[in-house]
Amino acid sequence: MNKEEKKDLITNYRKLFPLLSDDIAYLDNAATTQKPGVVLDALKHYYEQDNANPFRGVYDLSERATELYEAARGKVAGFINAKYPEEIVFVRNATEALNLLAYSWCEDNLSESDEVVVSVMEHHSDFLPWKYMAEKKGARLVKLEPDQTGLISDDALERTLSDKTRIVALTHISNVLGRKNDIKHIAGKVHAAGALISVDGAQSVPHTAVDVRDLDCDFLSFSGHKMFAPMGIGVLYGKREHLEKMKPFLYGGEMIQTVHWDKVTYAEIPHRFEAGTVNVGGAVGLSAAIDFINGIGWETIEAQEEKLTKRAILGIKDIGNIRLIGSDRPEDHKGIVTFCVEDVHPHDVADILGKAGVCIRAGHHCAQPLMDHLGVRSTCRASFAFYNTEEEVDRFLTELSKVRGLMGY
Amino acid sequence: MDIKRFYNEIVTDHNLHPLHKHPLEDPDIELEGVNPSCGDEITVQLKVKDGVITDGSFIGDGCAVSQASADIMIDMVIGKKVEQARHLADIFIRMIKCEATREEIEELREAGALEDISHNPARVKCAVLGWHTLDEMTKGM
Repeated sequence: MNKEEKKDLITNYRKLFPLLSDDIAYLDNAATTQKPGVVLDALKHYYEQDNANPFRGVYDLSERATELYEAARGKVAGFINAKYPEEIVFVRNATEALNLLAYSWCEDNLSESDEVVVSVMEHHSDFLPWKYMAEKKGARLVKLEPDQTGLISDDALERTLSDKTRIVALTHISNVLGRKNDIKHIAGKVHAAGALISVDGAQSVPHTAVDVRDLDCDFLSFSGHKMFAPMGIGVLYGKREHLEKMKPFLYGGEMIQTVHWDKVTYAEIPHRFEAGTVNVGGAVGLSAAIDFINGIGWETIEAQEEKLTKRAILGIKDIGNIRLIGSDRPEDHKGIVTFCVEDVHPHDVADILGKAGVCIRAGHHCAQPLMDHLGVRSTCRASFAFYNTEEEVDRFLTELSKVRGLMGY
Repeated sequence: MDIKRFYNEIVTDHNLHPLHKHPLEDPDIELEGVNPSCGDEITVQLKVKDGVITDGSFIGDGCAVSQASADIMIDMVIGKKVEQARHLADIFIRMIKCEATREEIEELREAGALEDISHNPARVKCAVLGWHTLDEMTKGM
């Protein structure tokens, strides 16, 4: 395929997203992605044709809802190459997945002399639940420090791991630095130390093939809404042997076998962790999003995101007076470009760009410990999806180049 | 909205060359205000004698809107009675919520230049950061 044909391909894919147009350049995909028509149609079709409370009814409609929900579970399992569908727990989002895991797993597996290792670049959702549970259990929270580019070195890892380490919480791709960590290698070292590893896949699963068996991670969390699915559906993957030993997180309907006044037995996994009426529509939407991604293919997605990232980083360097956060090399940024314009507060930068129709994020990106570690208060972030175009990157760069002038510099 | 109307000369001037951004020696009262959405923190410091604000300043870090707004605020309240300063804070906060009258906004003089922020929900917290802090720290005075 030549350059023009590739461009046409992206233009055609863009047309599948009702919200995308030339009015705005949407470059906040690490926060949430736009939704393609096929996902919206799947959601509409479910509520128009197949909606009932799953698991409960014995009538056809309810059975259909149950089948769709479980089919979505199978689809997710295949997507990340989980060994068993029951290793997929549906939750609201990565935040809920990480809370479920931290609350439930730490409850029975953490005691006073133990250590929990958490990297300093984690999103607050992969930091606060561990911090809370470690404090509750009297365990020690150990800080794992990446280098300035977001890479976890063997040295850093070996310094933090000990025979007291019970679990390591690490992001696959930092939502600020954009660097992909070698989870397979790290998981090997963590396991050799006798601990488990939980991976935050919120920024990796939507942008690159993730194979949980190849990575050999014990847990993986991600959100549907960052990968073209609706908001309100997310996934906690856990190896069956671990999930089976974990107590429920939320108690209520559908997560039990029998309930008597004096004796309660809980459902098998994954239902033990899915209390209350589940989000079938969201699961159906996530399933459609996975089909959509598979239809496009990782090669196309990654090639386009790499191209845009490179163009943005080189352009930022050309403008000058802008500090790039993380690695200097475009290939180290998986679709995430974080920066500070000298003398101008990130909120002002994002506001100026926003008023010109360029949507980027400003603030601490729910990663304040990382901001402290990097010595910045807040930053700006542009993040790409495969449906973004080089024209959008250029528009972003043009507006960015005006910022300092507008602020009187 | 025209970006130059939003980041007008008053805002950019106060941001670039703040008159009152420095620590105050022996402040009588001080309070830190935080904008949780962006992590901005400013500390407002005041010297108060016989119910009159005799000097004031702010320190901290924030966007142009929060910095300019705090600088304009300090400039306005120095020499005023605490109750007058509280009255201005009340008008300012209501102006940002689009609840102040034209006459009231005129009372705010230079601070009225921030009126357009009210059309930008994402920036409202930045604009009121200093004023909210002033309001909090002078409660019951």
